[in-house]
Amino acid sequence: MERYIFYIVAFIMIVFAIASVSSRKMLRSVVYLLFVLMGIAGIFFLIDYNFLAAIQLTVYAGGIIVLMIFSVLLVHHIEMELEVAKISKQLITGLICLAGLGVFLTTIYSHEFTVVENSISTTTTDIGTKMLSYEAGGFILPFEVISVLLLAAMIGAIIIAKGEKLEDGRQETED
Amino acid sequence: MIAGISIYEILTLTSILFFIGIYGFITRKNLISMLISIELILNASVVNFVVINKYLYPDMLQGVFFSIFIIAVAAAETALAISIIINLYRQISSVEVKDTEIMKY
Repeated sequence: MERYIFYIVAFIMIVFAIASVSSRKMLRSVVYLLFVLMGIAGIFFLIDYNFLAAIQLTVYAGGIIVLMIFSVLLVHHIEMELEVAKISKQLITGLICLAGLGVFLTTIYSHEFTVVENSISTTTTDIGTKMLSYEAGGFILPFEVISVLLLAAMIGAIIIAKGEKLEDGRQETED
Repeated sequence: MIAGISIYEILTLTSILFFIGIYGFITRKNLISMLISIELILNASVVNFVVINKYLYPDMLQGVFFSIFIIAVAAAETALAISIIINLYRQISSVEVKDTEIMKY
């Protein structure tokens, strides 16, 4: 049963990923990306990492996609069609990507993975305890660093997106 | 683990997603479309981390932490990139790659 669900999810993800990089309407492309991200959350649910799937859904589907839709609505006319690359460029890029995919797949399939058969289910408690532990192997320092990074990115985004108006006005008066 | 699915099939899926992202990154000419392709690439790597953790080292959690950090960095990167794009649109009224040729105005 899970096997068929995986195949369906994988098929949906690949189709929507291709649609997302080849659609000529900006907003549709963002919505196709949303379906790909939800498919990835579905894979996380299938391999029993519920916490990660919830993070994927809230951060990506709830945050990043909404941010992108906002920016698309701010900078585009909704009916405008994107210009596409030349056919020759598309063909060459597609061929190079197929070659790279071939290299990847031959490497993966020629490597012998030592798979451990298991059905351990990870709870959120495990993740939280391990992430905030001070002992060897704990992740408290990267956790703190990433919180500072998020704060800096938030302030930087606000300043970059908002702060230029004043300087423009000043320059205009100087001119 | 997913019953009946080996690690090879999931790695194949993530490789395909990764190269679709690279294809989009090279062929698209719009900044927001390139950002979408970057999201595809990052998500493929996140799934790789999680799947290798689950299939090969099931009693450890390092892959999960790395994917959480990747998701956090991707969120920060997207917020910054979109603020830069909006700022750029205010100044040159375009988000095409060919129009952005000056780093500092």
